Amino acid sequence: MMAAHTSTATAGARGGLPTAQARIEIDNVSLRYFTKQGETQALDGISLNIAPGEFVSIIGQSGCGKSTLLSLIAGILEPSGGSIRVEGRAVTAPSPRVGYMLQQDYLYEWRTILDNALLGAEIQKMDMKKARARAIHLLGKCGMGDFLHHYPRALSGGMRQRVALARTLVTDPDVVLLDEPFSALDSQTRLAIADEVVDVLREEGKSVILVTHDIGEAIAMTDRVVVLSRRPGRIKSQYMMHFPSHGAGRPTPFQARSLPEFNEYFATLWDELDVHVEG
Amino acid sequence: MELQSTAVLAPAAQAAEKPSPSAEYLAYLRRERRQRVMVQVSRVLLLFGFLGIWEILAQTRVVNPMLTSYPSAVWPTFLDLLQNGNLMLHTWATFRATLVGFGVSMVVGVALAAALWWSDFVHKVLDPFLVIANAMPKIAFVPIFYIWLGSEYSVYGMAVAISIFITIMVAYEGFRGIDPNKIKLARTLGASRAQVLTMVVLPGSVPTLLAALKMNIGLALVGVIVGEFQSASEGLGFLIINGSQVFKLNIVMTSIVVLAIMSGLMYLLVARLEAAMSRRYG
Repeated sequence: MMAAHTSTATAGARGGLPTAQARIEIDNVSLRYFTKQGETQALDGISLNIAPGEFVSIIGQSGCGKSTLLSLIAGILEPSGGSIRVEGRAVTAPSPRVGYMLQQDYLYEWRTILDNALLGAEIQKMDMKKARARAIHLLGKCGMGDFLHHYPRALSGGMRQRVALARTLVTDPDVVLLDEPFSALDSQTRLAIADEVVDVLREEGKSVILVTHDIGEAIAMTDRVVVLSRRPGRIKSQYMMHFPSHGAGRPTPFQARSLPEFNEYFATLWDELDVHVEG
Repeated sequence: MELQSTAVLAPAAQAAEKPSPSAEYLAYLRRERRQRVMVQVSRVLLLFGFLGIWEILAQTRVVNPMLTSYPSAVWPTFLDLLQNGNLMLHTWATFRATLVGFGVSMVVGVALAAALWWSDFVHKVLDPFLVIANAMPKIAFVPIFYIWLGSEYSVYGMAVAISIFITIMVAYEGFRGIDPNKIKLARTLGASRAQVLTMVVLPGSVPTLLAALKMNIGLALVGVIVGEFQSASEGLGFLIINGSQVFKLNIVMTSIVVLAIMSGLMYLLVARLEAAMSRRYG
């Protein structure tokens, strides 16, 4: 069993960062929503700090509120209690600082690949010449440079998700939220694209919050794994991902999967999640 | 760092090496072509067969030619009307009214549907009224429109009235049917409600709106013809009602043929547009 909780001098439940340094501060956030059927407490007392450039994943069983938490950070939902700050500023509405990559690409069929990538820039009324250059550069980085004027229907799922990544980065957000971004892809494409995405995001220096069902993905791709309990979602535990057997530096997601620490973390997290097949 | 797109390539992006076709494939192509030719020949035979039977039945007095006319009388009537300019005059009158009718219907209808989409409250309030207005046969209003709007405008009024309500409903359902995740995406990028409407909902509804357009052209034409029956002094509908009142069935038949051609061409145009768009929308 890995005992890999944070143990730095400034450790706290939030993940080892004094508030002043954190890029994202989630402070005692809870969400309760109402439908005709009744009221539901989706999240309860979530407190989390994320450093600039840190990759954090959130795992938990279905319905525990992971995606809801991302929607709160993205500003498309308002918390019932608590607050969220990004770069010191309170989140009240969607902002160009926070990029959100959804489960599927949701590219607009009526726009070319390049125009799809420019969607955020158009909405935010950015300088289109600069945005265009940045979009072309990002699409090239993602390997889509030859498809700028194609339409989405000509592309495979993996290619489309790459375009979605470029679209998310054109507005140059400080934070990128990934909501199970690979779940719609086949498993081979998933493994391949995971390395590429981590690479691009680290190079761009983004803070990343990844929500995933795939424990392996969380361990391989991120620096810290946060486990959410069943509804109402509360932070159950957090684990730092260390791979000393890789030597200096961080292993790529693909490399991480073959390291011995990977299996240990997997076993620990599996137990944490306490998954039962109902029946 | 350049990433290789070595992941699965879409079929469109692959360069295929075509081997020379097999004998079975050539036989398949021949069969397909033969079927296409058979279809075309059958269509022509059907048309001429119909015209032939019509002509024969009328000439042999099996049916009363006073009531049905016949192709060999329709053709000279057609030429005659064409020459003295009447055909163009009446065809243009009907065509113009149809264009205006479905144009206004589309523009106003889509605008109202957008308003319903914008405000859920307004939609809830107006919904039962719209359902009734849509269910009601607007043809019942022809005499009223004639009294209120006069001879010329009642035709336009009818064309709009008959098609606008269904346009509102179809457009609204189209707007509501837009994938909510596409809207969520726009919202996460910071889009305002107006931006969602203009950048996501309207462009995304183009296939639905084209289908509505096809419906509108047909309905507007019906409205125009019925309006012309009642009131007008020009138009193909006028020719039909006028011709049948004086038992000049050749004029009636000619008008019907021209009407069939006109509506067919308009419909074809929109179908082409739809096909062009569907290549993009998948």
